[in-house]
Amino acid sequence: MEIVRSQRNLTADGPPSLSLYRSAPSLEVRLEDFELYAIDRLRVLKGISDGISRGKKPEEMEKLVSELWRANMRHQDASEVTNKDMISHFVLRLVYCRTEDLRKWFLSMETTLFRYRFRLESPESQRMLMAEFQLPYKALSNAEFETVKDKLGQVARSIGQSSNAETIFFKVPFEEVPELVASRRVFLLKGYAYVAMNQVVSLVVTQFRSNLSKALVLTNRKWTSTIREQEKERLTPIVEALSNSYLGPDYSQPKEFAEISLKDIDQLASNSFPLCMRHLFEKLREDHHLRHGGRMQLGLFLKGVGLKLDDALAFWKMEFSQKVGTERFDKEYAYTIRHNYGKEGKRTDYTPYSCHKIISSTPGVGDHHGCPYRHFSEENLRAALGKIGVGSRALDDVMDKVRNRHYQLACTLTFEAIHAASCDTGINHPNHYFSESQKILKSRIQPTT
Amino acid sequence: MTKEEVLVERDDMQIDGGGPDSRQVRADPAGFSADYLKIYYGKLFPCADIYKWLSYGNDGKHPACDHSYIGRREFSFTLEHDIYVRFQSFNNANEMENAIKEKCPFKIDIGPVYSVDPAKRHAYAQAGNNVFTPVERELIFDIDMSDYDDVRYCCSGADVCLDCWPLMTIAIKVMDRALRDDFGFNHILWAYSGRRGVHCWVCDGRARRLSNEQRSSIADYLRVYKGGENNSKKVNLTGPVLHPFLARTYTDVLRGFFEEKLLCSQKLLASEERCQKILELIPDESIAAELLDRWQGNRRSSISKEDVNIARWEQLKHILQSGKQKAQGLRRCVEEIVFSYTYPRLDMEVSKHMNHLLKAPFCVHPKTGRVCVPIDPDNCGDFDPTTVPTLSELLEELNMSRTRAEPENEWERTSLGKSIRFFRSSFLHPLLKSCKEEMESSYNAKLQQSRNSLSW
Ligand code: SF4
Ligand SMILES: [Zn+2]
Repeated sequence: MEIVRSQRNLTADGPPSLSLYRSAPSLEVRLEDFELYAIDRLRVLKGISDGISRGKKPEEMEKLVSELWRANMRHQDASEVTNKDMISHFVLRLVYCRTEDLRKWFLSMETTLFRYRFRLESPESQRMLMAEFQLPYKALSNAEFETVKDKLGQVARSIGQSSNAETIFFKVPFEEVPELVASRRVFLLKGYAYVAMNQVVSLVVTQFRSNLSKALVLTNRKWTSTIREQEKERLTPIVEALSNSYLGPDYSQPKEFAEISLKDIDQLASNSFPLCMRHLFEKLREDHHLRHGGRMQLGLFLKGVGLKLDDALAFWKMEFSQKVGTERFDKEYAYTIRHNYGKEGKRTDYTPYSCHKIISSTPGVGDHHGCPYRHFSEENLRAALGKIGVGSRALDDVMDKVRNRHYQLACTLTFEAIHAASCDTGINHPNHYFSESQKILKSRIQPTT
Repeated sequence: MTKEEVLVERDDMQIDGGGPDSRQVRADPAGFSADYLKIYYGKLFPCADIYKWLSYGNDGKHPACDHSYIGRREFSFTLEHDIYVRFQSFNNANEMENAIKEKCPFKIDIGPVYSVDPAKRHAYAQAGNNVFTPVERELIFDIDMSDYDDVRYCCSGADVCLDCWPLMTIAIKVMDRALRDDFGFNHILWAYSGRRGVHCWVCDGRARRLSNEQRSSIADYLRVYKGGENNSKKVNLTGPVLHPFLARTYTDVLRGFFEEKLLCSQKLLASEERCQKILELIPDESIAAELLDRWQGNRRSSISKEDVNIARWEQLKHILQSGKQKAQGLRRCVEEIVFSYTYPRLDMEVSKHMNHLLKAPFCVHPKTGRVCVPIDPDNCGDFDPTTVPTLSELLEELNMSRTRAEPENEWERTSLGKSIRFFRSSFLHPLLKSCKEEMESSYNAKLQQSRNSLSW
């Protein structure tokens, strides 16, 4: 914090440079800037997204965010920086307000960005931002502090911080600091969380997130009711192009290898499934059963690689019926499979899970889903990798990445070891793993035919 | 009405009544049938109480009552032959009672309160602008004994007995205290799931209105045991000291249950295989080897009086906590072992999302015939799953007693009586009282506000 603070002093003396984006700027924007600014901000958000899925720790994220910000949001004219920040944010709101998935992604990335930018602010401007949010919290009085002092110290030590009598604490309803509660970083008493000054960021972030979330829903309404039509000639094409070019494929519709058939599935599994899917696949064959989390993770993946609904039903039935009987399968399980293909129930699109989603899942007792690099013990992971033919040298490299919590890099190295080919793009989606693998394998067959 | 003869065959009762097996809760298909269930729903099931509970005061006359509230709650029925009917809703107590009596569901599940009547969700969807989404839901927990199969040796799978049941007692004690003391909740209902576990319903207004993210945060706060079939070390306690919640849980509940109950009743250190399993949790292999060595040595020279499990545990603690083991990790190891063998194992998904369904209390479990009765958290140590009333026992009791009771109070004559009385006095009545107060105060606040804005 110290170093950061002195850095801060160079740029900001006075009001914080961090905006809460309460209202859209009433600025004249040139159309080119409109697009360019948005693209620059997207670079920042994409970088953050990558950082998260690599499992970066908070300190690493802080560094990453400030680098990304500096690299992309700079402007030759210092006063323009704030404008660029505002404009790009509001343009992307338009781009990302249009579906639930887009909103979720944007919300999560903007919140992360805000969090780390807030951490970089000086305590003085942090307090000003808190005031701007009108957070109604008062610092804990001395008398009250005395009664919980020991517990507060115990919490601080439990997370490896020295307890400090000087620290100011705020007493807030636990609902407002979910992330501090989840990681047991606060003391809880009768529904209140005791939040230390250096954790205040969490409060502010919750507020920021909920404001933005509501705003996105409103923007969406405005977009469909008026803006899209009004701006048909000017902004709409830009907005639409922006979301397509940058989100990357979602793999909800199989593309490259259009269809796979049931008879090939075992071979495909051993050649081209990433470890997470291969493990589920093998467990299913072995136990003739998978719990809900596993069914979703594998089922949507199979949909993404091009297994048609009828084949999917046949596939699951073949296994499950051995365990629960055909009748129970039809009654209890067929529904969800059809549902995944959007044939039943609400037709929300069920997109195959990304690595990020899989890595952050929480498999429980009896569950086999999740990402092996993250959720297997070292011993089990070694065994699993050995079984699929990762040699001992490559194995050490993979384990090294795992220890540093770079799960997707570990997966990429595994891919490279098995295919004896490089994978420059890295793995960020199991279906991506599959299509990359198929590309390589097919290119090897072609010349001989 | 004349006294009806209830169809219970006496032979079944004999099977249920005694014998060595009665200490275990086992499937007893003979004690359950659709006919029995019809009578149960007609005479014993406290439908009105359940309706009162789920109305949360909105069925009253107060101007702040939301009369659409109960009608937006999802119920789902599992009928005979596993027919599953979702998205039922009821607008008043009568509708609910009639539907239950008529359809005679083998299982009733309670879902969330939605933005609109779930039975009419399609109509709303067609109208377009109304989103069908859950808006309120009790915070719920589901703890299932089959998740503990690696730490109990008396039974496995769906079976439970008095030797493993203390694991559930621990779960109730730990969670109930945290929900009350840490999170400040007051209206908590614990219920036996009818076979192998317990359910928890946190019903405070504040709990019902939690977002999914907030639910997750509570579940994570309470979660220490990390399952996952491919992860051998399920409990990782880091940091130089434990968080106050964990420290208190350890000293007040886990340690005592582990050392005084489970260690001996489950014979956790009685065989080489079991010893190995515990030693695997010690990261220092030389220490693990040393212990194993000693234990293999003293197998024959059995220390006559002392239980072998206790003797070995003491040795383990002695080595790990002696001054020599300055290294943090090793000292923490004793606690990690105790947590691994005792700490509640939650089904996280159930608690994290608003739209999970959970079986209603007072249902009858079709496999065991036992009623899902409430459990008193303050006396949960006394709860005995093997003596929970079964459907056939209850009907027998109805049959036996000659005294006539009011038709709506027939349960008074059966052993379900004390469960219903407990449900009312320690859960329902306090809950309704505070619903009323909450309603009153929010109504007054609103009045105040509108008055202010008028005068302004
Ligand atoms: S990194 Fe992604 S593709 Fe690879 S195993 Fe993990 S979740 Fe699967
Ligand atoms: Zn048992």
